[in-house]
Amino acid sequence: MKTIDIAAGSVRELNQALHDQAEHCSEREFVVTNPKGAHNIACGLDASVAVDIHGHAGYFCAGMNKSASVTVHGNAGPGLAENMMSGSVRVKGDASAAAGATAHGGLLVIDGNAGSRCGISLKGADIVVGGNVGHMSCFMAQAGTLVVCGDAGEALGDSLYETRIYVKGSVKSLGADCVEKEMREEHLTELTELLNRAGFDDNPADFKRYGSARELYNFKIDNAY
Amino acid sequence: MSEEQDLNVQDGLRESATFDRVTMNEIRRAAETGIYDIRGFGAKRKVPHFDDLLFLGASMSRYPLEGYREACNTQVTLGTRFAKKPVVIDTPVTIAGMSFGALSANAKEALGRGASAAGTSTTTGDGGMTPEERGQSSKLVYQYLPSRYGMNPDDLRKADAIEVVLGQGAKPGGGGMLLGQKITDRVAEMRTLPKGVDQRSACRHPDWTGPDDLAIKIQELREITDWRVPIYIKVGATRTYYDTKLAVKAGADVIVVDGMQGGTAATQEVFIEHVGVPTLAAIPQAVQALQEMGMHREVQLIVSGGIRNGADVAKCMALGADAVAIGTAALVALGCNHPKWDNDFKKIGSAAGFYDDYHEGKDPAGISTQDPELAQRLDPVEGGRRLANYLRVLTLEAQTLARACGKNDLRNLEPEDLVALTVESAAMARVPLAGTNWVPGQSF
Repeated sequence: MKTIDIAAGSVRELNQALHDQAEHCSEREFVVTNPKGAHNIACGLDASVAVDIHGHAGYFCAGMNKSASVTVHGNAGPGLAENMMSGSVRVKGDASAAAGATAHGGLLVIDGNAGSRCGISLKGADIVVGGNVGHMSCFMAQAGTLVVCGDAGEALGDSLYETRIYVKGSVKSLGADCVEKEMREEHLTELTELLNRAGFDDNPADFKRYGSARELYNFKIDNAY
Repeated sequence: MSEEQDLNVQDGLRESATFDRVTMNEIRRAAETGIYDIRGFGAKRKVPHFDDLLFLGASMSRYPLEGYREACNTQVTLGTRFAKKPVVIDTPVTIAGMSFGALSANAKEALGRGASAAGTSTTTGDGGMTPEERGQSSKLVYQYLPSRYGMNPDDLRKADAIEVVLGQGAKPGGGGMLLGQKITDRVAEMRTLPKGVDQRSACRHPDWTGPDDLAIKIQELREITDWRVPIYIKVGATRTYYDTKLAVKAGADVIVVDGMQGGTAATQEVFIEHVGVPTLAAIPQAVQALQEMGMHREVQLIVSGGIRNGADVAKCMALGADAVAIGTAALVALGCNHPKWDNDFKKIGSAAGFYDDYHEGKDPAGISTQDPELAQRLDPVEGGRRLANYLRVLTLEAQTLARACGKNDLRNLEPEDLVALTVESAAMARVPLAGTNWVPGQSF
């Protein structure tokens, strides 16, 4: 296990050490101390390493993650795990806006609450939030899953494509083209599996499912004159 | 006056300048369909442009270079501010971002082949990077767009530069559009969306807002690529002075300013014609901003939107640009709107030279289409050869003008080498009206 103190070094040195593992993985476990809200911690990882960040992380923590397992023992700023491809990211506290934005794969777990636009433009990753999510979550989300064990803010799933959303608590309002859908057996199975992977013991039967009505999928474009 | 107008005059008929036939046709079209007109191409209205500027060749007070033999450098290095590995191009004419999806795979390959043969860069678009494009492009700029379609760190690391797109000249403030008829299985898979869905790309980035956030985003991209490649910021020409300053502050290595004549694959006609400012007006604003910050030539400026010939290239450089980008002209070089397909254009209600319904995917020239039968009309090798030839002509023409002005490097051209033909262009370009010392807004 290697410990890197950001206060004594820099984010650049940390990230370079982590990136070097893609070429030749000499160290499987990293502990990061004194992050003090620094931005871009552990972004662009491309190796099966475990990174434990002890403290709060700033913007874009674990951005574009591939294969790595990153845990923030604190809160995370905007753009947490943005465009993640695979692996997993967990935040023990809360996450700010745009958590999991455009993420293509992997699992993002937020033990606390997530801010606005959680899962915006999601492209295939799974996100499980233990608390609430803010307004415009899953805006234009294309694929993947968002599970919210608390409440959802305004305009949930606005202009949604094929992402599936499960919410246990209340939904303040649904966005354009987002509708409540029947919870079938396959959805209960999927939700059960996601809650298990996230380590949450909520009852899947307490959730409602939301998805796209698919009414906005096509313009009428026959306007050639 | 056209022959048709002559006939009208003879018949005593008078067409309204306000409600001309094109305008009335659009009113009827809107009344019939109930939806705005969507089309490709760039602004078709006449705006002050580079044709309104002239070079002052050398005479008694200036010493010209011998036109064919004396050296005139065209090589430019982009991204010298922070990147470990800046992009070096042999000609200051680059290929602008155009997506696979909007264009066929053959067209993208041809652009890569042509650019590589001429020693310059090409650019991905709102649809990710294809292996064909990467394979055929010796220098490839990877666009980082609001939609993030196909965005992934592997392709990011394969890029020679990253272009963060905030907007484009054809539609500043608007997102991309790729309608369902062009969404084949491959395009759909690259964009993670169902086949046949109209893809209306986001107009703003999903995970940052404002220039302070952008500075952190740029740092993230640098961290992911270990500070190896330059980061460009592309904006549509609107509030260019302020956008340039904010882009420099956010940490850009290169700024790309796209004027309103810049093309698009599809957007609303009203957007194309009524939003943004002409390229000519934008360049001096960007250069002023860079100069005030002491960053002119430190942060390079690429200009696009309506560049057609070597004179346009040279005029951009004289106004302070470090390089230009071409999109529409590159497609025309490949064969877009070629008269040999005129019968096929007529079958779809258009004509060679007028075709702009790129969004419909029926391009007879096989360029802005995903139809395999149409796409095979463009041979990527031949297309690449044509584009390389065209790029060489642009470069030779620009060199000719630079030598005539006594310059041994295209970047030594300066505003002092230019005059304007109209008051409007003099005001926008900030050069004197020909035959006077008058620069509107600067002297009386």
